[in-house]
Amino acid sequence: MFKIIKRPPLAEGRMFVLRILAVVFAIGASMAIIALLGHDPFKVMLEMIRGSVGSAYRIKETINKMVPLLTLSLGVCVAYKMKFWNIGAEGQFYMGAYGAGLVAFNFSHLPSYLLLPAMFAAGILTGGLWALIPALLKAKWETSETLVTLMLNYVAIRWVTYLQYGPWRDPKAAGLPRMMHFPETADLPKIGGIHIGWIIALFLVIVIYFLIRYSKLGYEITVMGENPRTAEYAGMNTFRILLVAIMISGGICGIAGVIQATGLEHSISPVLSSGLGFTAIITAWLSKLQPVTLVSVSFLFAMMLQGGNYLQSVMKVPSDVAGVIQGVILFFVLGSEFFTQYKIVRDKRQGEETRKVGA
Amino acid sequence: MDIGWIAAAAMFLQLAAQCGTPLLFGTLGGILGEKAGNLNLGVEGMMMMGAVTGYYVAAVSGHPVLAALAGGLAGSLGALLYAVITVTLQGNQTVTGLTLTIFGCGIANYIGKGCTSMTLPATIRSFYAPISVPGLSKLPLVGKMLFEQSNFVMLGILLAILIWIYFNKTRAGLNVRMVGENPGAADACGIHVNLVKYLHLLAGGFLCGLGGTYLSVVYITRWQNDLVAGLGWIAVALVIFAIWNPIRAIFGGYLFGALRSIGLVLQNTRMTFLGHEIRLDPQLLDMLPYLMTILVLVLMGVQKKKEYQPPGWLSRSYYREDR
Repeated sequence: MFKIIKRPPLAEGRMFVLRILAVVFAIGASMAIIALLGHDPFKVMLEMIRGSVGSAYRIKETINKMVPLLTLSLGVCVAYKMKFWNIGAEGQFYMGAYGAGLVAFNFSHLPSYLLLPAMFAAGILTGGLWALIPALLKAKWETSETLVTLMLNYVAIRWVTYLQYGPWRDPKAAGLPRMMHFPETADLPKIGGIHIGWIIALFLVIVIYFLIRYSKLGYEITVMGENPRTAEYAGMNTFRILLVAIMISGGICGIAGVIQATGLEHSISPVLSSGLGFTAIITAWLSKLQPVTLVSVSFLFAMMLQGGNYLQSVMKVPSDVAGVIQGVILFFVLGSEFFTQYKIVRDKRQGEETRKVGA
Repeated sequence: MDIGWIAAAAMFLQLAAQCGTPLLFGTLGGILGEKAGNLNLGVEGMMMMGAVTGYYVAAVSGHPVLAALAGGLAGSLGALLYAVITVTLQGNQTVTGLTLTIFGCGIANYIGKGCTSMTLPATIRSFYAPISVPGLSKLPLVGKMLFEQSNFVMLGILLAILIWIYFNKTRAGLNVRMVGENPGAADACGIHVNLVKYLHLLAGGFLCGLGGTYLSVVYITRWQNDLVAGLGWIAVALVIFAIWNPIRAIFGGYLFGALRSIGLVLQNTRMTFLGHEIRLDPQLLDMLPYLMTILVLVLMGVQKKKEYQPPGWLSRSYYREDR
């Protein structure tokens, strides 16, 4: 018979091979599912790739999808380093956009070079404060941050919906419940047809990389994640570190909201994120909280999203297929994790035991 | 007392129960898994899978019971994926649950594209039409809520009571709780930990699938994209709100159902209070379930009572040789 035993930590190289294997299997399985759903799997895959990187315009669209995803993933990474299970990126994103909206609607007379930075600052603040609520509750009463951040997502989305139907409703859109547009001065500048969100996102990648790798705060966050007791014995002010790290985490998610609102929509709506806050948890986890790996993982996911949209318009395949493929790939990668820690071996002992009993 | 008010309140409660039934099923499904130590955030996905499968089978076969079974099994199928990864392969429960939601919603919306033009045959509608229990339905206030309902609503109440008895009055239920609290100890007692987890996750998935089927086949009676629309997440919240107690889940489910129907009833109505005009925005009222859940979480933390705490081993993997 077979049995499962723990294996010593795998070398980087073999770990990598294993993960690639998982993705290969996952792609095989998702192609099988596509075939089951009655489509030509090779054509679907090819069209998805063509739809996401096949032309300059489509690459731009893919990058536009990647920017908020990458930013959100960076945000949750900071929290996850500390084993603070922030699944509230979605809510922090919307609160960030809300903060930007507050500034945009109240100080619309400001010139662009003052207005935009103020909007970003406000977004960081509102996103960060929104994340601070579960952190404070956890510090004070050990309330589960997973559940509180999850609930706050929906509160934030309802808040934006309320603004859309109520105070921030566009009076010019007769009958339609649509939110007012930002003043033109609040549009994120464009370079080569793409808004500069990608520069902000890449800049944040570098900042977070150095923060975690080389800064004192990054070190403290890592120690707290590994063992909060150790951190306390070492004399760290765990309460302060928690609050600062979570402000950073939520603030970055807030930035994602501001980028999306100023770069693409020029307004806010309850579907601004289209669920990217949840996808970001998965991308963060897949890239093992490595900011640099995150860039490629986010790009891959953005390709799937953009490719899915393209499928819908070209092959009349519903874009929901992208969700199915994402799911299948993730299931395989999640499952493969097991084989990095355990291996299955032939159980010889059982045979020996029976012999002993016999003798 | 004004008779008209009581009749109106009774009708409102009836509506609340109908609105709360999918929540109740989802919550019961969540409780089954969490009692065995697994936090499944895939409730939304399983409800979607159940909703589309139930609707499809109902529309094609016209057989009401078959539709419910198919919907339940679809939910179990989703739960099976989750169980293989989190129990056998010890994957991260949070991420796996989220993945199940993405996967389930994707596949349900995909299949559902073909369902938008389908209608439910009359046999389905008549089978699940409200029935009134003679005598009992005339009870003041709660009569209509409990005894003049679709059989599906009553099934929800019955299941909640049965699950409560199972967990609190039977040996098997006690074993499940032990697995959730301390799988190592359960293992030492000769309980097959992984088997218990699998069975309860699959049963929980079945209930979530049933909740989805109720929503598409009985409550909304047509298919639309993203039909479950976040109810699965409220159910995840309700598990905590009910403090893992199936009986409280009935109250929780109906209370949140009532909150949702208040939103529908009071939409755009204006009322005056002490001379001030107040507009109750449905969007703000929709926040209440989530805010109340947070409040409950905080109160549980403040009180630190033993029976108010989540199962001890919730969302942790169990590997026998780590004991």
